[in-house]
Parts: sequence; C-alpha cells; structure tokens
Amino acid sequence: MSILIINARVVNASGESAAACDIRIDNGRIERMAPQISRNGEQIIDAVGKLVLPGFIDLHVHLREPGREDKETIATGSQAAVKGGFTSIFCMPNTTPAIDTAQVVQYILDQARKVGLVNVYPVGAITKGRAGVEITEMMDLRRAGCLGLSDDGRGLMNAGLMRRALEYARMSGLLIMQHCEDETLSNKGAMNESAVSTLLGLKGDPLVSETVIIARDIELARYLSARVHFMHISSARSVELIRRAKAEGVPVTCEATPHHFALTEDLVKTFNTAAKVNPPLRGWDDVAAIRAGLKDGTIDCIATDHAPHTQEDKEVEFDAAPPGLIGLETAFGLVVKELVNPGILTMAQVVERMSGAPARIMGLESKGVIAAGKDADIVIVDMNREWTVSREDTVSKSKNSPFLGQRLQGRVVATICGGRVVYEE
Amino acid sequence: MGDWTHKHLLDLQDVSREDIELVLDTARSFREVSEREVKKVPALRGRTVAMLFAEPSTRTRVSFELAAKRLSADTLSIQAAASSLTKGETILDTALNIQAMNVDLVVVRHQASGVPQMLAAGTKMAVVNAGDGCRAHPTQALLDMFTIREKLGRLDNVKVAIIGDILHSRVARSNIAGLTKMGAKVTVCGPSTLLPIGIEEMGVEAVYDINRALKDADVVMALRMQKERQQQSFLPSVAEYVREFCVTADRLKKARPGALVMHPGPTNRGIEIAAEVADGPQSVILEQVTNGIAIRMAVLYLLLGRKV
Repeated sequence: MSILIINARVVNASGESAAACDIRIDNGRIERMAPQISRNGEQIIDAVGKLVLPGFIDLHVHLREPGREDKETIATGSQAAVKGGFTSIFCMPNTTPAIDTAQVVQYILDQARKVGLVNVYPVGAITKGRAGVEITEMMDLRRAGCLGLSDDGRGLMNAGLMRRALEYARMSGLLIMQHCEDETLSNKGAMNESAVSTLLGLKGDPLVSETVIIARDIELARYLSARVHFMHISSARSVELIRRAKAEGVPVTCEATPHHFALTEDLVKTFNTAAKVNPPLRGWDDVAAIRAGLKDGTIDCIATDHAPHTQEDKEVEFDAAPPGLIGLETAFGLVVKELVNPGILTMAQVVERMSGAPARIMGLESKGVIAAGKDADIVIVDMNREWTVSREDTVSKSKNSPFLGQRLQGRVVATICGGRVVYEE
Repeated sequence: MGDWTHKHLLDLQDVSREDIELVLDTARSFREVSEREVKKVPALRGRTVAMLFAEPSTRTRVSFELAAKRLSADTLSIQAAASSLTKGETILDTALNIQAMNVDLVVVRHQASGVPQMLAAGTKMAVVNAGDGCRAHPTQALLDMFTIREKLGRLDNVKVAIIGDILHSRVARSNIAGLTKMGAKVTVCGPSTLLPIGIEEMGVEAVYDINRALKDADVVMALRMQKERQQQSFLPSVAEYVREFCVTADRLKKARPGALVMHPGPTNRGIEIAAEVADGPQSVILEQVTNGIAIRMAVLYLLLGRKV
C-alpha cells in the first residue's frame, strides 16, 4: 500500500523546506516529493501543523535479547524505538550470549524481522565474549550483517589489542565503537568523582577513566589512519580532545546521550538509582561542554544508550544497582526542551545529529535524509505538544527513567519505517 | 529550647545548628540516668526500636540498645544480609517486614551509602542512621561534639584536627558537617591518596603534614586505619603510615596544652594512635563511649518520645 503525506514541512540536515509539499511513498521508498501530488488511492497522512523529519537513527541501544528478556525484548524495544521516532537502532552486544558470532547476529536479525517495526542493526563484539582477550571473527560478523563492533559496557583497555582490532576491522569494513573506560581508574565507582561523591560517601569514577582512553585511541587512530567512534562521551575534557583531533584531521567521531546534556550529578543526591549510569552524570561544566559540542559539531550525533533494567534490579542500594537508564521514548522531547528551545540547535541541526550523521557514520547511504529515491524512514513530530513522562505512558518493558514526572515538549505523532506506518499516536 | 521537627536522623547535613544544640542539651539531661542505681526512665515505654545491622558492629549496636532500654523501649536486633546482591531479600524488604510488626523506629547500619534514605523513603518508620557506607554516622559526630562541649565548654572556634583515612570515613564526614555548623575550625590530615577530592568544599582545611594539622589544635581526633588500604595501593605500607601519621606523645606536644585526644574506636594501637596517647591523661576515648549512650537516648527520645 502506498502512502501520501500531505502538507509536509520537511526538515533535512541541509535545512527546512520553504514550503509544505506532498510526499508519495511506494515500495518502501520515497517515490516523489512535489508541491501537490494527485491522489491515487494512497493512505493519506495529513502533516499540517507538524514537522516531517528523516527517521531517527540511534547508534546505541540495549535490547537485552538474548539473555535478559525480563528487562527488554527485541519486540518491546522496537515498540519503544518507534514511539520515540527511531527507525533504525544499533543494539549493543552485551547480551547473553554476547553478539560475538554470526549465529547470534542472525538470531537478532530474525527476531527483528518477525517484529517488523524498526531496522535493527546488531553491533558485534570486538573481542570474544567481550572479555578483552581475543578479537572476534570480524569478517564473519560483517557477512552476517554487522556494521560496527564494540565491547560496550567494557572499554578495550589493552592498547596492543586495540591496535590489532582497528587494523582488522578496517579490512572487514567495520567501525570500532569504543566504550571509553579504563576500569583501573573507574574502579567500580558509583558516580562521578567530585565534591559531590565526597559529600555522599560514594565511590567516584573520575572523568579521566574516560579521557585517557579517548586520548590513547586518538593517537592510535592517527597512527593507523583508522576510524574510531567514541560512544557516550560525558566530560568537557573529552569534547576538547575530540575537537582538537578533528581539527587535525584524525578520523574520529563521537556520540553523546540526552541524559549527559540534560542532567548533572546533583541528581545522585537523592540516591535515586535511576540516576546511576555509566559513564556517570557529571558536573554542570561538562553538561555545558556537551551542549557546545553538539552545537559546533564536535559531537556528531545523539545516541540514547537506552539501557533497560527491572525494578528488582534497580530497587537496591545505590552501590549495588546496575548502571543505565531507558532513553528511546524521551530522547526527542529532551532534545526539544534542552537544545532547541534554548536556541542551542536548529531543527536542521537536530536532524543532522539524530539522522544525518549517524547514517553517514554507519554507511547507511539510503537513510538519514528525506529525498526521492531514499528509504521511506520518516518521523512526524508535533513541536508544540507538551507531555509528562510517566510509567503508564512508557512502552519499554523497563521503567528506569530519571525523567519520570518531567514535563517535555515535542512529541512524535507518527513513525514510518520502510514505507509502513509503524507507530501512530 | 527549640523544637525537634525531623522525623528521621539521617545525616547532619540535613539538620540545623539549633537542632544539634537541642540534641546536645537533651543528652546532658539524660546522662545522669545512666549514673543512677536504677538506670531507667519510662519515656519510651511501649515503643519498639529495631536495630537493623547489615555490617558487623558491636559498640554502636550495644550503645543504641542500652540507650533504648534505659528509656524503657522494647528492642530487637536483626542481622541483615550484607547486600541485596548476596541473594535473598533486599534491605528494604527486610525493613518492611520489621515495619509490619509495628516497630516504631529502626536504627540502621549498612555498608552502602544512602540506605537510610532508602528506608526513610520506603517505610513509615522513623529511621536513625547508625552509619552508612562512607557517608554519615551522625550519632558518632553528635557524641563527639557533646564530649568536646562538655570538656571545653564550647564548640565555637574550637580547632579540631582529624587525622587519618578521610576518604573512607563516615565519622569524618559527619564530624565535618556538624562541627563546621557549630563554628569549629576543622583541619583534616592524612595521606594524599586518602583525602577525597573536593573535601575543602565541606569547609575544612586539608593538609598532609601532621605537625601542621596538630599545631594549636584543641582537639585531635585519630581515625581507624584499616590494613587493607595497603593492598588497595592507597599506602605503600602500614609502617610508613605510622611514621608519617601516627598520633604520638611527641607529636601531641604541637597541640594546645591539654588538647583532647579522641578516637571513634575501635583503635589500632600503634598504628593511628600510640598506646601511651590513647591511655594518656588527654584521652577522652572512653568518655566518648559513655556519652554515646546519652546522645542516643536523646536522639531516640526526640524522634519518638514526645509523640505519645
């Protein structure tokens, strides 16, 4: 069935279209865009008063399947994704078993196809079992469908192994996505190391556990002319290191999460375990630097690090709670509230950070832009809608959000993925 | 006398100078009870106080238990699982079970910071923090302040040197919070690896040189140094710690004549404090223990007694 979106005010990374147009979708692709397209029995979607954007692409999601289906499944995670306006999501390999063989990749792709809501791209592990000892069969992972590799949840601390991984990944055409953490420095810290951790008597994870890995990998990337993508960067110093590396032409990219541009470590003072996350929430200077990095493009994209945990897992002592929070459904509302409304990002820049750049980083050539011939992955948003984050409204299987009760602005009203309406409010 | 308005005692960060004065004044009136032949008043008759201790502790638990008993409260003591991770019920679940038995107040000790907050938010009982992680040990700080005030007659402008492992010490944090509120001047001193980042923001001076810390001090408080800190590479050796930071009779001469020597116990004699100092004429370590009961009686009374 074809779809005709009428009165579409399209925003691409290149800018907002001057006038509304109609968009005809057929066979999973955008067939035509014109001021007025005559109707021919298509399903009509009227986008008057709304904005029409390329579907969001999230490079960092935890779907928990296989292994922890009590926290999230490919089905529930897909539902949360399309409700948040995401049409492509990259799921991290810290599953049980880890995504370190073609068989696990195949399993996830099969499940995702059965669910049929969103494009799911499994991220393979860099090392077998994410143990940081031997590299995975990267060629095999690539053939099975991986585009990127990460040991997410664990940093690759062995510099020699990182070198080999970068070299081998280059041959296999895979992007290495680094979880930037030197565990000898983070030392099981429960929050950012600062005057606040001192006050609260919680073990601190200093920002240098992140920056020493970034600094080292910039040197490796430069030496090998190899691409590295830094995941969920959280500190001002990280932004500065990457800004300088990019200015020198080192092929690095990075992402930041909504919680790292929206929240500070002060939230930990309540001992709310929803505020426990890795890397930890940091100080206001860091939040300001993340925002500035998103504005000037040092930070290429926004990724959620959607990390579902059950109530049982989170309702424990702060020290004992697993890190992570859910983010797919609140990402866009937080972007509007914290970045668009204060004038930090234009909507075109939002599209670049949430669709254009992630598509480019992962080599998804037919995604990330609304144009004739491209994949029909589209999200329609109402910029004026205010809404309150609540457990009841959350479709993710887990409800571990520090934003519960917050008022956000900007809401997804419809999501089209592969030419099918996969979410409609 | 002011009015006590808090339901819980979690952390001295949350209470005012007037609140602290009220506890100290109330404790003074209770101290005499423990000196009687019949050491009991009926203030909390019919009330139930539970000790929920997830960490081994003898002196604090016994002190709370005696305090409750001398106020005629019924008491029970529960050894909780060390961590929710070690399987079984969570600490909150344990607390809810205690609450279901109509307990009025729970005294909690736990190795994770923030657990008393968790119980205060998750149960209807009054909660007293008997030490959580590295965060707070408010009754210890109150009894320390009580002891100083009794001995020196004031807290304002008293110079207090706290020596040792500040990073891992909830006693240090609560004393800093309380003492600075009462106008005392606090200097913390220890190996650089054991002075936490940003400690100055709590309103103290931080130094590495014990002689500088002790100079003109009115109170010298030594903290327990755990031998595990050597394995965790905070210290090259216990011997070097002793050479640099042990409170010895010689070093004590830098302090004001007659300066008080304190320790929250249990002491590692010869490590953080020399035996001759711990047992010497300036030591008030055992008086701290005695005063602990009066302080805990005051806290229990203020939280429970006047609502009947």
